[in-house]
Amino acid sequence: MNSIEINNVSKFFGKKKEIVALEQVNLNVPKGNLFGLIGPDGAGKTTLFRILTTLMLADTGTAKVLGYDVVKDYKKIRQIVGYMPGKFSLYQDLSVYENLSFFATLFNTSIKENYNLIKDIYVQLEPFKNRKAGALSGGMKQKLALCCTLVHKPEILFLDEPTTGVDAVSRREFWEMLKRLNKEGITIFVSTPYMDEATMCDNIALIQNAHILSINSPEGLMDSYPDTLWGLKSEKMYPLLLDLEKNPNVQSVFTFGDEHHVKMKQGKGEDDLKMWLSQSGHQEVEMKIIKPTVEDCFLDLLNERKKVKA
Amino acid sequence: MKQFLTFLKKEFYHIARDYRTMMVLIGMPIAQIVLFGFALSNEVKNTRIGVLDLSKDEYSIALTEKFKNSKFFDFTKSLNNQEDIDKALRSGETKMVMVIPNQFSENLAQENKSQIQLITDGTNPNMSSALVNFGSAIIRDFQNDKFAAQVIPLQIDIKTRMMYNPQLKGEYTFVPGVMALVLMLVCALMTSVSIVKEKEMGNMEILLVSPVNPLVVIISKAVPYVILSIIILTIILGLSVAIFNVPIKGSLLLLYFVSFIFILSALGLGLMISTITDSQQVAMLISLMVLMLPTMMFSGFMFPIESMPKPLQVISNIIPAKWYYQSIQAIMIKGLGISAIFKEILILSGFTIFFIALSFKNFKIRL
Repeated sequence: MNSIEINNVSKFFGKKKEIVALEQVNLNVPKGNLFGLIGPDGAGKTTLFRILTTLMLADTGTAKVLGYDVVKDYKKIRQIVGYMPGKFSLYQDLSVYENLSFFATLFNTSIKENYNLIKDIYVQLEPFKNRKAGALSGGMKQKLALCCTLVHKPEILFLDEPTTGVDAVSRREFWEMLKRLNKEGITIFVSTPYMDEATMCDNIALIQNAHILSINSPEGLMDSYPDTLWGLKSEKMYPLLLDLEKNPNVQSVFTFGDEHHVKMKQGKGEDDLKMWLSQSGHQEVEMKIIKPTVEDCFLDLLNERKKVKA
Repeated sequence: MKQFLTFLKKEFYHIARDYRTMMVLIGMPIAQIVLFGFALSNEVKNTRIGVLDLSKDEYSIALTEKFKNSKFFDFTKSLNNQEDIDKALRSGETKMVMVIPNQFSENLAQENKSQIQLITDGTNPNMSSALVNFGSAIIRDFQNDKFAAQVIPLQIDIKTRMMYNPQLKGEYTFVPGVMALVLMLVCALMTSVSIVKEKEMGNMEILLVSPVNPLVVIISKAVPYVILSIIILTIILGLSVAIFNVPIKGSLLLLYFVSFIFILSALGLGLMISTITDSQQVAMLISLMVLMLPTMMFSGFMFPIESMPKPLQVISNIIPAKWYYQSIQAIMIKGLGISAIFKEILILSGFTIFFIALSFKNFKIRL
């Protein structure tokens, strides 16, 4: 059974509907899944979230959350989902405790009732119980926001970029919390612009320019990478990059950390690359086959799409 | 109900914690009342006058004495010649000069007739005419004192009386005006800004995705400002009565009742503004430009509506403050009852229902 079903959803903005935010999106999220919507800023993630949380109407297509139609049954959906928008939206001038109890009452419940669900997160916040939400650090704010979203024990969580603007340690902690909540049986639909977070999800959908590029599990996505990927390292990384970009046999080259990820054109392989390296005078180049990351897959899919369009 | 109370508590927290804004809200009416009361008054009180006495005889001295003893005028100095008049007025040393002609006593005694000239600074026409009125009254008084026994044949005596405000006190006009202005400001501006703030900060996004009826959100926003408005209203009335001796001749209950309807209509306007805009700045600008300016211009407390061109008079009818202003004047100054201001109450209630219905209709259940 699917918790979220999206059929042919499109959304346009602008006076003449000339700005495409989502085009023909089809997506299913199985019940109990930790599902990541991954894509850069402006891809259409927030728009999709707003359509699913009944805040916006799609121009075409239909969507269902937990079996309820987002247009017809919007009142029902609003009672059972937990939504955490991308922008920090708690009351800055209320204290941590006041915010939490306010959101509990909002959903006709109390902090006590579902305390076991938020306990792990709330204990970290407890020392700052009386501090104003506006005076919390970025990571703490997100934790409080998550608490407020969880306090009514929603059946499904919508988290729009919860880790944006949060430091690396807090990000990792946050994802661990999501994992734990997921184990409790809550379906989680989460978006992020960080490709490295994709591996934390059960399933991911890559989104770019209003289109879903691929829906797969992170492993499945990486395994589906069609070609061999070479990782190149050398003393002089930048000249190497420039030369690789000029090489007619190279399909694409991207830099990741201290490596260049190189994909060769169809029919070209290791020998072509090695020969070119020795001819072009780059010395002490370390070269090995690497496993593609989600980002490699994303960039590859993007290039494919461009080619198809062209 | 529990939800509503929680919302209400939250709104009070918001208001109480933003104590600067609250100070401004409470301080503003006090400052306005005091400013209007002391600085912008057309009232004649301790006005400095000069006297050019060309006779220096019994009656002229007596008349000058009478001016000196009046609480309305302060005698500044005796002038010696015509040039001094110009100098005294130009320097602003005196606001009015009284010229008593030669042989004042003689002429009065023998011919039963003399003339007194009052020269005022016409740059402030309202002030000038007020001064001339007061001056004339004193001279008339003087005449009656001295010559009451003599029967002057065929004299038509004009006795004017300014009903309800015999001394032409400015407070009588500006106190209701300031009330209208401040209540409009607090209710319409603050309500619209505080609702739009929820939208701008993104809080509305969460509130919408919850079981709460949006009306609860809106009403709980409005309630604290209604209470604040009533407190401010009480402060204004208290100050006016205590400092400026403005009477409240009519029923206090009626006064609060009419104010309450006006507050609701202002709230309705604030709600309406909040439904059409998404940013606090725009809400504030609309409130100031579209509400404050017409309230000042067309309520009648700064400029009399009767002397406006016809089209503007018609426009003034759609300004709630005009009707409020009129009914407050009727209650406070004239001491009239509810039957006299029935029309005004009806119109104000109509506005209120219209504004609130329109904003509920426009209220968006989505972003």
